[in-house]
Amino acid sequence: MALLSEADIEALGLTLRLATTVTVLLLVLGLPLAWWLAHTRSRWRRPIAAVVALPLVLPPTVLGFYLLMLLGPDGWVGRAFAAMGLAALPFTFQGLVVASMLYSLPFVVQPLHNAFEAVGERPLEVAACLGASPLDRFFNVALPLALPGVITAAVLGFAHTVGEFGVVLMIGGNIPGQTRVLSMRIYDHVQAGEYHQANVLSLCLLVVSFAALLAMSLLRTRRQARD
Amino acid sequence: MTERPDESPLGLDAKLAWRRGALAFEVDLTLPPRGITALFGPSGAGKTSCLRAMAGLERDAVGRVSFGQTVWQDSTHRVFVPPHKRRIGYVFQEASLFTHHSVAGNLDFGYRRAGRPAHLDREGLIDRFGLRPLLERRVDGLSGGERQRVSMVRALLSDPALLMFDEPLSALDGPARTDLLECLESLHATLQVPMIYVSHNVDEVARLADHLVLMEAGHVVAQGGLQDTLTRLDLPPALGDAVGAVIEGEVVAYDAHDQLIELDFAGGRLWLPYRHERVGQRLRCRISARDVVLSTTPQTGTSALNQLPCRIVAAVDAGQSSQVLVQLDAGGCMLLARITRRSWHALGLPPGSTAWAQVKAVALGI
Repeated sequence: MALLSEADIEALGLTLRLATTVTVLLLVLGLPLAWWLAHTRSRWRRPIAAVVALPLVLPPTVLGFYLLMLLGPDGWVGRAFAAMGLAALPFTFQGLVVASMLYSLPFVVQPLHNAFEAVGERPLEVAACLGASPLDRFFNVALPLALPGVITAAVLGFAHTVGEFGVVLMIGGNIPGQTRVLSMRIYDHVQAGEYHQANVLSLCLLVVSFAALLAMSLLRTRRQARD
Repeated sequence: MTERPDESPLGLDAKLAWRRGALAFEVDLTLPPRGITALFGPSGAGKTSCLRAMAGLERDAVGRVSFGQTVWQDSTHRVFVPPHKRRIGYVFQEASLFTHHSVAGNLDFGYRRAGRPAHLDREGLIDRFGLRPLLERRVDGLSGGERQRVSMVRALLSDPALLMFDEPLSALDGPARTDLLECLESLHATLQVPMIYVSHNVDEVARLADHLVLMEAGHVVAQGGLQDTLTRLDLPPALGDAVGAVIEGEVVAYDAHDQLIELDFAGGRLWLPYRHERVGQRLRCRISARDVVLSTTPQTGTSALNQLPCRIVAAVDAGQSSQVLVQLDAGGCMLLARITRRSWHALGLPPGSTAWAQVKAVALGI
């Protein structure tokens, strides 16, 4: 008997594809958002920071339920999509990406926000006085100095997306090759009494998570040793 | 109360106002287009804040700043040139080096962005500031003095039109400080662009500055040439021991036996303790007001080595009721003496009369 069935491998591949997509998109979105949160004096800073942090405390099923309402054919986002001739998002891979991004947002934005705050204003002022424009300062000073935070954000975002279940259940369903991710597959195995397969897949998740955290920690100590 | 140096149509001109909590700052400055201008005053006078406002780093400062022909800020016309377009070489109190770059990477940060201008002698500056052996080092392992030297050369290499140094030596002491001060003195001699140098240390100011801006409690209380400004009688009492003359002369003799040198300046000759001076070199020396003793006749049987004939110019209350501050003219050089009111009355010297100043002078420089 093979260690992993074909369906298991498909679920594993889908999960990695989902987590990678979500992590990349969240970094692209999270970097400017975290930068704004770290530097703005706008009165919108706190409300927006609270919204970003919301998925930390919200039960995933609640988040998934509201997303389903919003994105479904009767929700206003769903209707807008239909009006533009686009397919509805729920129970598709794209829908899963959108939901996972929301769910994992704080895990990416908060480390980035902390990292940018730790960098502080001074290096940016120095760079400005040395003739660096704002974009130049962001890419050549702030980002390299905040790199440990960026790594943490990527690892946390990735691992968190890999492990989600409640949101997937609500918005993704269990469609093979589309939305049947690893955690769904484990759930299926347990439901079917296939404890061995569930164990193998769970071990995969455990090893991936452990390896990610270990790699992050090693990267950090290596940087510190070099510093 | 504020005098303006009149030779400066193209220097830095700043009229700025801003607040920090309960403290209101308001400055009106005109700085000459060359030489080192010291922004001097007690801690908390607003010197750093003022420098930052002129650099464009304090966005809430309101007013007008121009440098040369360029308007940097004009709040009434909504003009604000951001710091990265002002060509300022700013050195912060803490070296603030980029930890993600090596020493060479730090030095080249501004140099590269300025387009590696040919008129900047990168290699020469690196050697002059002793950075050659450090180039490949990471900045975290550098000493305080090394860091600040990197920071200065980094600023010099950014092809600045104006240098702004904010207490660059305040975090240093001992030999590191002495070394760096020497570097700055040699820089002074070859400097092509003006520099604003913030300090609360009167010795640094006396050694480096050509012009002086005195700040107190967020305001400019006096500005002008270094010698003239430090010997004014209307300076605020907060300046304390900074009050006194700075004279400049040439070393004309060295007494190896007694370890003394003789300095020739406009007001006469002074014996000073020998350190490492060479005969023939220029030397600045500071004569603090409290180190000057007055007498009506030349003294014999005194331990004071130096006696200068001078003319009494004026005297004012020195801020403490027991003392007066006396302004003296020694051959065109202004000196100040702080003596007790009782002695002043006992001497009975009206303005214009001749007196003898016994001075304990402290040489500045190497």
